[in-house]
Amino acid sequence: MAVLQMQRVSICALKKDRKAILEKIQSLGIMEMNQVADHEDSFEKMDTVNARQSFEKTAHITDAALSILDQYAPQKTSMFASLEGKGLISQKEFEEATAKKEKVISGANRLIAKSKEIAEKKANILKLENQIESLAPWLALDVPMNFSGTDKTAMLLGTMPAETTPEMVYTGLAEQCPDIEAVDVQVIEKDRDAVYLTVLCLKEEADKVEASLRALGFAKPSQMTSKVPAVKKEKLTVKIQKLKSEIEEAEKDIKSCADSRYDLKLVGDYFRIRADKYNVLGTIPQSQRTFVVSGYAVKKTVPVIEKAIGEHYECVIDVEDLKEDEEPPIMLKNNGFSETVESIVASYGLPQKGEFDPTTIMSFFYVFFFGMMLSDAAYGAILAIACFVVIKKFPRMESGMKKTMKMFMYCGISTLIWGILFGGYFGNAVDIISGTFFGHTITPKALWFVPLNDPMKLLVYSMLFGVIHLFTGLGIKGYMCLKDGRVMDFFCDVMLWFSLLLGLILMLLPTEIFGSIIQAQIVFPAPLNTLAKVLAIAGAVGIVLMSGRENKNFGVRIALGAYDLYNVTGWLSDVLSYSRLLALGLATGVIASVMNEIGSMFGNNVIGVIGFSVVFIVGHTLNLAINLLGAYVHTNRLQFVEFFGKFYEGGGRPFEPFKSKTKYIDVKEEM
Amino acid sequence: MSIWENLGIVYALLGAAIAVLMAGAGSAIGVGVAGQAASGVVTEDPSKFAKVLIMQLLPGTQGLYGLLIGFITLQKIGILGSGAADLTPATGLMILAACLPIGIVGLISGKYQGMTSAAAIGIVAKKPDQFGKAMLFPAMVETYAILALLISFLAVNGIKI
Repeated sequence: MAVLQMQRVSICALKKDRKAILEKIQSLGIMEMNQVADHEDSFEKMDTVNARQSFEKTAHITDAALSILDQYAPQKTSMFASLEGKGLISQKEFEEATAKKEKVISGANRLIAKSKEIAEKKANILKLENQIESLAPWLALDVPMNFSGTDKTAMLLGTMPAETTPEMVYTGLAEQCPDIEAVDVQVIEKDRDAVYLTVLCLKEEADKVEASLRALGFAKPSQMTSKVPAVKKEKLTVKIQKLKSEIEEAEKDIKSCADSRYDLKLVGDYFRIRADKYNVLGTIPQSQRTFVVSGYAVKKTVPVIEKAIGEHYECVIDVEDLKEDEEPPIMLKNNGFSETVESIVASYGLPQKGEFDPTTIMSFFYVFFFGMMLSDAAYGAILAIACFVVIKKFPRMESGMKKTMKMFMYCGISTLIWGILFGGYFGNAVDIISGTFFGHTITPKALWFVPLNDPMKLLVYSMLFGVIHLFTGLGIKGYMCLKDGRVMDFFCDVMLWFSLLLGLILMLLPTEIFGSIIQAQIVFPAPLNTLAKVLAIAGAVGIVLMSGRENKNFGVRIALGAYDLYNVTGWLSDVLSYSRLLALGLATGVIASVMNEIGSMFGNNVIGVIGFSVVFIVGHTLNLAINLLGAYVHTNRLQFVEFFGKFYEGGGRPFEPFKSKTKYIDVKEEM
Repeated sequence: MSIWENLGIVYALLGAAIAVLMAGAGSAIGVGVAGQAASGVVTEDPSKFAKVLIMQLLPGTQGLYGLLIGFITLQKIGILGSGAADLTPATGLMILAACLPIGIVGLISGKYQGMTSAAAIGIVAKKPDQFGKAMLFPAMVETYAILALLISFLAVNGIKI
């Protein structure tokens, strides 16, 4: 239960070992890079931007090739594929696979080229199809579209506005230029928008006729072809067929490369690792013959670095504790149970330098409260078993995900226990099933009590757990004050509050109103009553006097103190907030019961059994899902707002070691 | 006997109806608003579907709380099961009053929780790693629905028939 102590490790070695040492550090993955000697003149940095970018580009090519493969030869992935995690291979296999990287990359490039080719051909097909479409009205024409005519005659070809008839053209022409000798109009096709026609006339009159026709709305088609339209269409169709078969061929080619998927992943990862390495290489200060690499490492792992590098290369390894002004990265270390909630703490913020790691204490409350909110034995069992199966089935699951799964497994077990204590098994399923289908109602006995029958009792317990939770938080604050030697703060900000709150609670317990809630009057002996009053008054007076102690002006100081005393309402609302433990528990139970009741309405017969099963499965799945979400969200809230609010700030920087950051494969570390 | 003396059960049923109706309407508004934001995110990045779906569901609980109160009220007044109890108008009105907190608070908090969810979905869209924090903001609003649920529940439970 602690924040691990970090040390600065600096390695100074010969330039010839530069690559090997960096590779070793990267494959160990236990050191965060943080270079020193940035401004010294004798050191220079290497420009690795180009090399890094070319590696990143290559990694990108493999990714692009993979996505092409996924598009044309999709791989069947199960719903749980995201849980599987990365594969693990040995160093040797990895080297073997990456030895043929040129071949793999050229394969990837070929894939990309093929997919480009397919895209181009598809665009071509579209173009050809458009051409066919524009030919469609002219199909009945039996001469080429750009047919200019015979020796004596000329042919004009074009469209006129819809509904034009040959008669209209003749009359129009006669009106426009009465001296035209001969003209023949033939309608090829009509549609909603236009009439497609050819006009034959004498060659010498062609210009005149055309001008007159234009005045009537005649327009030449935008696309002309030197062939008979029907023949042209035939040709285009053949072309499209050819393109289609070529596309099919290319797709087949791509599909045949599906086996290279694994190699592509490996090579992609190889280049990702190299890009990372060159990124670090660019930050390392180097002199003519030597270089210095420096960074943070967990104190416990420092000997590993010393052994792996110091014994194999000529170098000086310098290990020092962190300086005062250094902001170290944070890494948490907790026992197997508590580490599962580390991601919850991290999502609020890791502890700052010197701050207390709340993970261990929080983990117990977390699981406890979660179980209380879900509080159904059957739901708990389902949750725990489901998580257990997933963890066992996917041993290579990503570690953050695995921790979360484990956390839900523990929460499931806690839910199971609370469910037994409260007698909830799918709500009141046992009562309903036995009552509806077997004639006599059996009620499973609650080990403790049934919240529905005695909600006030559970409300009081919820607040009691809340008070314990909050006091723990305040206690941790006190511990931190003492650890830092701030005795005055410990007394004023922690002890006085404890005194006030304990006094108030002790004063509340014997009152009639509290007695009516728990249906039993608590009677304290007189000295205890007096003690309660003394504690409360001493606390209150102390807070008024001491809270504003930083302020010299006495009046302001008292005013600040009085304002701080007002925080007692904050404590009240914090405690009341724990009533959600009761409310969410009731919600699970009652809604589960609603599902059971609805299911039982079909009666005791075959249809009834089927109906009940359907309603039961669907209803309880929904109820479990929504209450799981509720329990998760509200447990987080109780930790973040109520508990952390008392002592915790967070905002530390997570430890990010320089390691082989891969996407698909982990390479086994061989020591 | 005037009609007024028989209205006890009607008042009580009205209470159950208000609890389910208003809290459900609140959730429907909330889930609807959050769903619009969620759809926007998914059009840009379908991989965030699961995260934004959870966000969208957060304002859905008010409807369940209303259902819960409605259900225990129906059970209490015997409309479910044994047959309607003989309630005096005073008892009926008491049950009606007991149902009001979850109805009204459910409606309002459902709406606002939905708006907060929609805003939190914005966080998820831009910074998916801040999911844990984003989820807390809508949960803050829900606190008041939970308090109302508690009072409604304790009141309905405590009324003697």
